[in-house]
Amino acid sequence: MTSLIKTENIVKTYNTGDSLFYALNGVSLSVEYGEFVAIMGSSGSGKSTFMNLIGCLDVPTSGQYFLDGIDVSKLSKDKLADIRNLKLGFVFQGFNLISRTSALENVEMPMIYKGIEPKERIERAKEALKIVGLEKKMYNLPNQLSGGQQQRVAIARAIVNDAPVILADEPTGNLDTKTSYEVMDFFVRLNEEQHKTIMLVTHEQDIADYAKRVVHFRDGHIIKDEVNKK
Amino acid sequence: MIDLESTLRIAIRTIRINKMRSILTSLGIIIGVSSVIIMLAIGMGAQRSMAENMAKMGSNLLMVVSGSTTSGGIRMGAGSKQTLTYSDALDIQKKCPSVLAVAPYLSGTKQVVFGNQNWSTGIQGTTPNVMIVRDWGVEYGRSFSDEDVSNSTKVCLLGQTVAENLFGDLDPVGKTVRIEGMPFTVVGVLESKGQSGMGQDQDDTIMIPITTAQKKLIGVDFPGMVRHIMVKAVDENAVYTAQDEIKELLRERHRLGSKQEDDFTIRNLTQMMETAKESAKIMAILLGSIASVSLLVGGIGIMNIMLVSVTERTKEIGIRMAIGAKASDIRIQFLLESLLLSLMGGTVGVVLGILLAKFVEAFFDLPVYIAWWSLLLSFGFSGLVGVTFGYYPAYRASLLDPIEALRYE
Repeated sequence: MTSLIKTENIVKTYNTGDSLFYALNGVSLSVEYGEFVAIMGSSGSGKSTFMNLIGCLDVPTSGQYFLDGIDVSKLSKDKLADIRNLKLGFVFQGFNLISRTSALENVEMPMIYKGIEPKERIERAKEALKIVGLEKKMYNLPNQLSGGQQQRVAIARAIVNDAPVILADEPTGNLDTKTSYEVMDFFVRLNEEQHKTIMLVTHEQDIADYAKRVVHFRDGHIIKDEVNKK
Repeated sequence: MIDLESTLRIAIRTIRINKMRSILTSLGIIIGVSSVIIMLAIGMGAQRSMAENMAKMGSNLLMVVSGSTTSGGIRMGAGSKQTLTYSDALDIQKKCPSVLAVAPYLSGTKQVVFGNQNWSTGIQGTTPNVMIVRDWGVEYGRSFSDEDVSNSTKVCLLGQTVAENLFGDLDPVGKTVRIEGMPFTVVGVLESKGQSGMGQDQDDTIMIPITTAQKKLIGVDFPGMVRHIMVKAVDENAVYTAQDEIKELLRERHRLGSKQEDDFTIRNLTQMMETAKESAKIMAILLGSIASVSLLVGGIGIMNIMLVSVTERTKEIGIRMAIGAKASDIRIQFLLESLLLSLMGGTVGVVLGILLAKFVEAFFDLPVYIAWWSLLLSFGFSGLVGVTFGYYPAYRASLLDPIEALRYE
């Protein structure tokens, strides 16, 4: 069986005036179905660039990236949008819900771009909100929800399209410790009960401890890739 | 690919969320569309009243006036030298096959007295055929006859305005009025004809037999002189042949050599009216185009707001892209939003335009005509403006890089 995520010698450079900056300098990583991986590193280590590539928001300068068996490193922008829609669910640090739009409509959104009928959309969005325990708040606007609730709406949005991979970029960065642990419990449940593959970027050790595998980045390289013993 | 219904819902919600801004943005289009409608309505109203006047004046008319000759190298204006005679008129009637009827005119302004009332009006000396030429009729009483003309009887026909001013409620028929102290028997009252194309009251007139005018009231420089001759051609197509026939006949009668210029001018009144109608049409187009400039300005307003909106919603665009929106989805979303804004403005503008046109008609007494196509045109134009000016902002939105957009605060 092929890996769900497989990168081969990925390089990403940025032009900073007259010199090339290597944000990623040959990163090879394989992630299997159902894994829960935390990616750690200080800022500037390349972990965010790596997540953008994994999330198909960007393409590598060189190297290959296979997602679910598809070589996505050379796809067009429109094809990448389709891949993001079907294979990936995003959870961001700043929640990134669309303001002045109800929780339900926010969760519906990925299905709009997938082309699902309104009736089915609403049904599935309600189900997803039920999973994160927000079925009673589905008509609330984001600013009427607490930070933890907003992040749960974002999680519902990430899982509603049945994407195999969930990418969480510092999902607890804007939350207090207690809420952080609650949100992390959701990730654990998604991983264990729904068998979602979760890729989590964080720089907090206690958050990374929820993952089964921890990958450390420094200066555009993977410096450590270990199984979490806890 | 995203379905239209969902995109429409997103657009409608965005417009509703920013109510005040949406209304102000549409205002430019509202003003543009309504002013296009008003301007076109006024222009077309003028055009139509012109056409009505044309019908009132009588159709297929030619007017022969004396003059417009070069005499001794000095060009004289039309009518400056009298050359036309009553027998010219009779001959035109007799010899020109394209001519239906002829009415010679000899006119002057005189004071008319009945009892203790008096009124100054234009006296037209003419023949009974004037009724055919001018498509006119007698309201009551009778017209004067050919005998009246041959006998130079002192009979007259009153225009409605004159009859009202001299007689009030009395029946003028059979009464005697005095024109310059001379008694004239009123034989009839003319039908009302209203204003002419030039704004003159055509009912403020008195008709008398031409011979009476020549011999007794207005006088002539030479025997049989008439001021001008009105000619009605048999039909629309005969107007130009009639013109040629009259020209040939009159040149012969006036004994003009081949090198001499005409000592008369033939004016094609239908043509003149057509020209006036044409200029009214140009006026309407001009007014419409000036108004459409404001529609254009309204479009720029939409573009401005949409550009602001794209910048403001950069984060939203980033989120949408991250969860699977393609560039085309974003473009359609913003395009639909600006289209909706302008069509909203267009709808209100059409309603407002109709109301304001009615207002102009009622309060400024201007002839106004609202054509259905002018409504359709201005509404369609507002949609076009929405798409045209919405395209650039929508295109800008679709070009955003999702990573950059997500980072935007």
